[in-house]
Amino acid sequence: MLKRKKFWLSFLLVFTIGFIAACGPKEEDSTSGSDSEQTEQLEGKIAIDGSSTVFPIMEATAEEYKIVQPKVQVSVGVSGTGGGFKAFIAGETDISNASRPIKDEEAESLKENGIEYTEFQIAYDGLSVVVNKDNDWVDYLTIEELKKMWVEDGTVKTWADIREGWPEEEIKFYSPGTDSGTFDYFDEVILDGEQIVQSATLSEDDNVLVTGVTGDVNAIGYFGYAYYIENKDRLKVVPIDGGNGPVEPTNETVESGEYSPLSRPLFIYVKNESVKREEVYDFVKFLLENAGELAEEVGYVSTPQENYDQALEQLENLK
Amino acid sequence: MKFIDHQKVLQHTGPRRKLNKISKYLFFLATLLSLFVLAILLARILFQGFPYLDWQFLNSLPSRKPEKAGIYTALIGTMWLMAVVIPVTFILGVGTAIYLEEYAKKNRFNTFLQVNISNLAGVPSVVYGLLGLTIFARALHLGTSVLAAGLTMSLLILPVVIVSSQEAIRSVPKELKEASYAMGATKWQTIRTVVLPAALPGILTGSILAFSRGIGETAPLVVIGVPLFLAVLPSSFLDSFTALPMQIYNWTSRPQEEFHALAAAGIIVLLGMLIIMNSVAVWIRNKFQNRY
Repeated sequence: MLKRKKFWLSFLLVFTIGFIAACGPKEEDSTSGSDSEQTEQLEGKIAIDGSSTVFPIMEATAEEYKIVQPKVQVSVGVSGTGGGFKAFIAGETDISNASRPIKDEEAESLKENGIEYTEFQIAYDGLSVVVNKDNDWVDYLTIEELKKMWVEDGTVKTWADIREGWPEEEIKFYSPGTDSGTFDYFDEVILDGEQIVQSATLSEDDNVLVTGVTGDVNAIGYFGYAYYIENKDRLKVVPIDGGNGPVEPTNETVESGEYSPLSRPLFIYVKNESVKREEVYDFVKFLLENAGELAEEVGYVSTPQENYDQALEQLENLK
Repeated sequence: MKFIDHQKVLQHTGPRRKLNKISKYLFFLATLLSLFVLAILLARILFQGFPYLDWQFLNSLPSRKPEKAGIYTALIGTMWLMAVVIPVTFILGVGTAIYLEEYAKKNRFNTFLQVNISNLAGVPSVVYGLLGLTIFARALHLGTSVLAAGLTMSLLILPVVIVSSQEAIRSVPKELKEASYAMGATKWQTIRTVVLPAALPGILTGSILAFSRGIGETAPLVVIGVPLFLAVLPSSFLDSFTALPMQIYNWTSRPQEEFHALAAAGIIVLLGMLIIMNSVAVWIRNKFQNRY
């Protein structure tokens, strides 16, 4: 009899341990943030979801915003640009992060559901085309050459096929996965909707691409600017000739639009109705005021200041 | 006169003994190989993550600055998640196993059930995520709450719990049950007092493996739309939350090296949780193992 009681008791114990652990430290949360500030203390919840590329900027913004308005609960998800829009269409989020402009189908669904939205561009990401450090023949690539390389045409491609005088070695391709916004953008401006070369190694994790390119002299790959900057001394970036001579991606060339067409804009889509809520308005305003600086901090490039000013004006009109 | 000629025996059994030796070393090598990989993995993670592992890491919010970043909300979120997953899965899983083993008759319908449960164990976790998104998050309006994610995770690991519990219940000696019936006990009394206590060690072993899987799953959470950055803790099962594996996954995909180290530190914490969970289970198992 006693043993059986012990048996059930120990069960209870296991389950309650979880509860206690989960509920325990909650109290400490409410102690902070009671400093009287001159700004009005707002309350509310802001739901954000979408691209994982834009996430670091949003994380930084939410982190800073918590210092100003500790009672506003900001949640940021990473369902990807497409997944984010699905939630946005379902009316579950106030702001949707996107690493590409909204698609026509998505805009249509929003219209059907009666959701009006405004697009704000918050930063640039310079898609960087990189080769191995020991690759001494590539000095620059034109858009046509890039396309010739990356589009599947049934042949095995060597560097010599791309430009005379380059070695007759097979090119090894490394590309972000087809689900990513990075691929979408590359697909749009370089591949033009054609099939990507089949021998390409696709990976959702850009760090895998970095490792791949550093390990093979004949490799070429592309990914976000931040991954290039972080691995600058292990990779060689390829200047891209978009018609006006070869341009290397740097903060200046990306921001000015000189590094074209591989400068990719990053967006947020804000539900107009949500802006009417004081906390959402205030958060977006805070975001637009600080996006440039925070974007640079996490490895992206800010847009010119006029853009942010214009966006802020637009926001005023929505209120 | 010797009855056994040693020389002859050795000659005769030579090839067989050699084969025995070879297979012994082969299997030893196989064990060693997986241990070796595990050791490398652990060493790397400990080496990389240890410098970041301190109280501040456990007690602060995620941040863009690696030295300030922490896993507070993610860690507590994972505990909340397990607080839903463990009871729900255990009760439903063991309940189903008892029904199938003890009560269900061997007819076509039950065989059909059995086959399907086994098949469900092989369905990829993303599919469960989609199921959870459609049913719990959208249709039942639970959103990205602890409850929605917990129920989804329970569904994901239920098949494993059911199958292993069935196995454990089946291995309870028939004599024990018959003795219980002979004393006039009903079926439920027998199950409660004889079958379950005897099967408990086996049930726990299977369940713990399943919970360990559940604690580390990321895909279903991402599909449901569980947020990654969240500054507040959930205060009820209907509140939104974030979980440790999501935070780890995000950190590994960041460009900055420091975030990879943070991910390693997060993995150490996750492993720590697993070890605690496992030890509790082992403790319970040892308590009941020698009863029969």
